[in-house]
Amino acid sequence: MNYLLSVLVENKPGVLSRVTGLISRRGFNIESLTVAPTEDSNLSRMTIIVEADEIGFEQITKQLHKLVSVYKISDLTYEDAVERELVLFKVQSAPERRHEIIEIANVFRAKVVDVGKNTLTIEATGAESKLNAMEDLLHAYGIKQLTRTGKIAMARGSAQ
Amino acid sequence: MITVEEKVARRRRAIEGRPLGPGSHTEHEGKTMTGAQAIIASLEAEGVDTIFGYPGGQAIKIYDALYDSKKIHHILARHEQGATHMADGYARATGKVGVVLVTSGPGATNTVTGIATAYMDSVPLVVITGQVTRGVIGTDAFQESDIVGITMPIVKHSFLLQSTDDLTRTFREAFYIASTGRPGPVLIDIPSDLSGSEMVFHYPDTVSIASYRPTYKGNAKQVKQAAALISEARRPLIMAGGGIVSSHACPELTALAERMNIPVVTTLMGKGAMRCSNPLNLGPVGMHGSKYANMAVTECDLLIAVGARFSDRVTGKVDEFAPHARIIHIDIDPAEIGKIVQPSVPIVGDAKSVLAALNERLDKMGATSVCDDWTAEVFSWRKRWPFYTADFADYPDKIAPEVVLSKLSEKLDPEASIVTTEVGQHQMWAHQNIHREHARTFISSGGLGTMGFGFPAAIGAKIGCPDEQVVCVAGDGSFQMNSQEMATAKINGVNVKVLVIDNRALGMVHQWQHLFYHDRFSFTELADNPDFVKLADAYGWRSARITRPEEVDAALDEMLASDEPYLLDVMIPAEQTVYPMVAPGAPIDDIIGALDVTLGGVRVTEKGFGEKGRPRVKPSHEGVDES
Repeated sequence: MNYLLSVLVENKPGVLSRVTGLISRRGFNIESLTVAPTEDSNLSRMTIIVEADEIGFEQITKQLHKLVSVYKISDLTYEDAVERELVLFKVQSAPERRHEIIEIANVFRAKVVDVGKNTLTIEATGAESKLNAMEDLLHAYGIKQLTRTGKIAMARGSAQ
Repeated sequence: MITVEEKVARRRRAIEGRPLGPGSHTEHEGKTMTGAQAIIASLEAEGVDTIFGYPGGQAIKIYDALYDSKKIHHILARHEQGATHMADGYARATGKVGVVLVTSGPGATNTVTGIATAYMDSVPLVVITGQVTRGVIGTDAFQESDIVGITMPIVKHSFLLQSTDDLTRTFREAFYIASTGRPGPVLIDIPSDLSGSEMVFHYPDTVSIASYRPTYKGNAKQVKQAAALISEARRPLIMAGGGIVSSHACPELTALAERMNIPVVTTLMGKGAMRCSNPLNLGPVGMHGSKYANMAVTECDLLIAVGARFSDRVTGKVDEFAPHARIIHIDIDPAEIGKIVQPSVPIVGDAKSVLAALNERLDKMGATSVCDDWTAEVFSWRKRWPFYTADFADYPDKIAPEVVLSKLSEKLDPEASIVTTEVGQHQMWAHQNIHREHARTFISSGGLGTMGFGFPAAIGAKIGCPDEQVVCVAGDGSFQMNSQEMATAKINGVNVKVLVIDNRALGMVHQWQHLFYHDRFSFTELADNPDFVKLADAYGWRSARITRPEEVDAALDEMLASDEPYLLDVMIPAEQTVYPMVAPGAPIDDIIGALDVTLGGVRVTEKGFGEKGRPRVKPSHEGVDES
């Protein structure tokens, strides 16, 4: 199954490759990964989705804990967490169909961020299921390009 | 010689984050100097008196600073791999951090096998590599290699120094990380422009790393649970691993075993964790362990694994490993617990403090042994299936390696000797037949199985422990992987002995080809070996070769008495096989070629107790009916 991890690491060159190298070397696949500095510029937060069984996942977290560059690991898989992902769609759109597409974007509370001669670029955020549903609908018009950020997550409430 | 008390005190000091040397109290403190001088001053502050290395372009400034040091003795190896294994042997023998200094590019990449060896066996090293200047990093400059990237999977931690401001703190952290928790190698990569920059030297006396906090003390509740299981177990067994050696827990281990009359098996890394003369010590377990040790694992109802990681060379087929046993797993590395087997009681902590807590708890409970019958039975198995008996010979008229190594074992003073091994058949014969009474006196590459390790490690061990007789048991294949270090030994006056168990073959693979590949000896025959006696002579060593069994005693005596480096080439049959053996992937009670004295001393291959069944044991202590 897919596990969702939030990992607080040292914001230093090489740390990303320490973390990803460790996961792949132990034989596990990273489904998605995002990384950026936190409110403290010495620290970065990685949100990692990794596919593993229960024992494998326990190994990954224990091994990650051993890295001197890793400060904290939170398993958000079963936590009440806010999860978000951002997607950019570049959709084929002849001028006469623009309205339909904008309509769809509105329903999903997405934004049109660029208009070309024959394309519309739409920015959408949300949970995975919503973004998947939107992608399905837009397929009918022809998606020329799609970029997803990968998931970011945070535990709800005052939990750290 | 360094006493155990000193080693314990050193580890305690390391855990407290304090340098083993004078720290800030050196003549360098507060002085303006170059980065290179600060590197040497940092080593002095850490109390380092010996380093192993090889100079080169990007390390030349550091070597220039080293030229002025009156405290640091530098051993020039003949290959960076040799230098790294020497530092490793030094660290294993002394318990101190081994230090390596090499240049960038090939100098750095040549240390890789040595670093991986130390990583697999949890040996504390600090490896300092020169790097090209910061301005040209990433441009494929001459002798540039991304050594931090290359070594990432095989170091405990690594640093690419970015500023002289971080230099002294980096050294303090490196030594701290290498020597505490589960020890391991740490690499510091130093761009050569930093070596040339000026800085003011201040050495920290403490260290604190928020993201590195090893657990030393075992959880009290789990200790209590473990003690309860131990006090009730009818067929308990202790499996002692290298963690006992790292944490200096030998007295606590022996106290637990003797208190509860529990037999002990040792992994390769755990050899010396308990005196071999202690009857409770059953010795080697696993692929080339004794039949009695492997049967003890298979039959036990409680396995207490301490500082051991359930390597596949120990467990064989994991599903059938200790099938009747509940498992207590004590390890300082939480990631080892549950990695291979799921324990009933996991305890994360330092072997020394956890075993002490267990003993204390058992004392409080007033626990006494309830397993005397079991222990007596296991002892009877030891009589039935010895590793070797004097009246047995696979090849009469030829030298038997078991005999050579047993005799070596008898001739060595266990209080003042260290044996290192290379990797292969000779390593397993040494493991089976050489008895050790102290931790850190049997040095062997366990996890990585590095051919070419044992000889340079012997040089490092001898430099660290100059009063001990140091013998490297080698094979003719392994020895050739780092034989150039004979020059290092000769030039530095390091009186090591090399005993080559010479079968003109890569014996262990040869054996597998014999047993599992229909005698198709694909590239394992070394018929055109050099003449080792002449090779030794070329390096200014003394040497001899023996081919007949009656020559063994005198030849060993002469070798051990030599006050110069000495190589003894012992010719054994190429067909000689290491037994007993468990086929890879087989359960460890499925044993090939164990000697059975009840059948008149023949090698038998059978699973478990075989056709004759389990020896019947009389209910009390009257002994064992072997019929």
